[in-house]
Amino acid sequence: MTTATAPIDSTRSPAGALTRRRRSRDLLKHLGLGVFVLLMVYPLVWMAVSAFKPGHLILTQPGLVPRDLTFDNFVQGWNALNRPFSVFLVNSLLVSVGSIVGNLFSCALTAYALARLEFRMRKVYLAVTLASVMLPLHVLVIPQYIFFSQLGMVNTYFPLLIPKFLATDAFFVYLMVQFIRTIPRDLDRAAWIDGSGPFRTFWYVILPLMRPALVTTTIFTFIWTWNDFFVPLIYLTSPKMFTVSVALSSMVDSQSQDGVGMLFAMSLVSLLPVLAFFAFAQKHLIRGIATTGLK
Amino acid sequence: MATTRSRRPRASKLHSQGLAAHIFLIPWQLGLLLVTAIPLFASLYLAFTDYNILSSPEFNGLENFRRMFSDEYFWASVRVTLVYVFVSIPLQLAFALLLALILDRGLRGLAFYRSAFYLPSLLGTSVAIAILWRQIFGDDGLINQALGLFGVHGESWLQNPATALSTLIVLNVWTFGSPMVIFLAGLRQIPEELYEAARVDGATVVRQFTHITVPLLTPIIFFNLILQTIGAFQTFTQAHVVSGGTGGPANSTLFYTLYIYQQGFANFDMGYASALAWVLMIAIAVVTAIHFILSKYWVFYGDD
Repeated sequence: MTTATAPIDSTRSPAGALTRRRRSRDLLKHLGLGVFVLLMVYPLVWMAVSAFKPGHLILTQPGLVPRDLTFDNFVQGWNALNRPFSVFLVNSLLVSVGSIVGNLFSCALTAYALARLEFRMRKVYLAVTLASVMLPLHVLVIPQYIFFSQLGMVNTYFPLLIPKFLATDAFFVYLMVQFIRTIPRDLDRAAWIDGSGPFRTFWYVILPLMRPALVTTTIFTFIWTWNDFFVPLIYLTSPKMFTVSVALSSMVDSQSQDGVGMLFAMSLVSLLPVLAFFAFAQKHLIRGIATTGLK
Repeated sequence: MATTRSRRPRASKLHSQGLAAHIFLIPWQLGLLLVTAIPLFASLYLAFTDYNILSSPEFNGLENFRRMFSDEYFWASVRVTLVYVFVSIPLQLAFALLLALILDRGLRGLAFYRSAFYLPSLLGTSVAIAILWRQIFGDDGLINQALGLFGVHGESWLQNPATALSTLIVLNVWTFGSPMVIFLAGLRQIPEELYEAARVDGATVVRQFTHITVPLLTPIIFFNLILQTIGAFQTFTQAHVVSGGTGGPANSTLFYTLYIYQQGFANFDMGYASALAWVLMIAIAVVTAIHFILSKYWVFYGDD
């Protein structure tokens, strides 16, 4: 950073020698990190490039530059499952948007009550919320499945969405509670004195100030729901209801080695929304996980 | 602030707050009851029954737990999951910490590196990446192509029971970005004055690292350890996709949750699956508790 203003004889002064040593050390770091980044993203690049290669060449022709560029994989992959892949993309989008709405609605209400309102069970409820973060889904999923199947909800999105509207993603409740605690109490008090009850205070004061926490919740809910496989796999058995992850997995089961191109093409398509979200919100995302430890 | 004038209205406000709180908490309370508490106890009950979803559950005492002892698949899944957790988590956290230390303290391009390293942890649990992994470690996959350049002819890493699990360990290590970002945030919290004071006292870089950085970072290491361990116990997608749902070859990728899925949703042996799930939950609780107990000996929470 100081290169532009560094004195000309910097090499002779001891301080100059220090910055020089530091600079060459940084250069070494960059070199090492660069190689490592390459190694880390190489699999992704390989997939992206391979998606544009003719299927039979992917595993026989190494190297990144495709000699015969083709969109065949996308065209074939798009229709590989008897219905266009757009069906699954729309399904995933529906589930993701529904989950986002559910989480924002239910977690914000819950977090406000736990963070700001005085009531007897507050500490207990907070502890229960924290404890439920650690509860593995697998210990609940069998009775949940029985319950939803008795209600005739298998092959609908209700089993995927109802829990989101009931604040069961305790992670986000916790995140929002932590965030609300950083909002100065004076703001609530001012609204209070002006005669606002808890509902108006929540809606007009706290909710607008919670925006960063709401954005973090939106981003992570989207990515997690989009990637989720276990829950859709259990509840969605009819192909027309498949989300992208279930559709992809059923493609794996039905493909031979020649289908690699198609698989890569559709995998790439399935990752695009996540990549787009990442590009769009990466700063926010990283701040979000740095403060809360979400994955 | 608290004047005598406001005392009486505050009492009534407190009451109305209690009422409001319960209205705000309606969704949460419903969720706790219907989605968490009732299923939790229902699965505890089912764990002591024989239940195939078609006929009603039949109480069979400890039979499900007795069955586990003689079930070779159960033991295989326990072994696979424990190896996975206890190998991949230390490796993943070591990478995360190392890279965080390299990136800390004013290296240019931090934002770029951070994003590049973080990206895999967003994608890591997707089916698409599991598909990619199948190909990377397959017969003619990326790894064997690379080995081919050196004249080594590799075989499929996924069809060999000795190496199949390690490909998934590599996948988990690949997602070291999210603990790394948390480490970076933790490193920022360490006051620069501590390092300055240490330098004045003539402490070497190594001593600064072992006496300032590491102790002050131990709460973050602990946090990451707990979080990643709990997550790793529940790994499912990768194992399911990579093995085609079988946990093969030779049960080498039969993760515990995959086995629960097979028993519960392929065989519809839901009593046994519930018992398995409870064992998983207790195992996670025990491991977490052990971590907390051990943390007294190595996690540094300041001098208070």
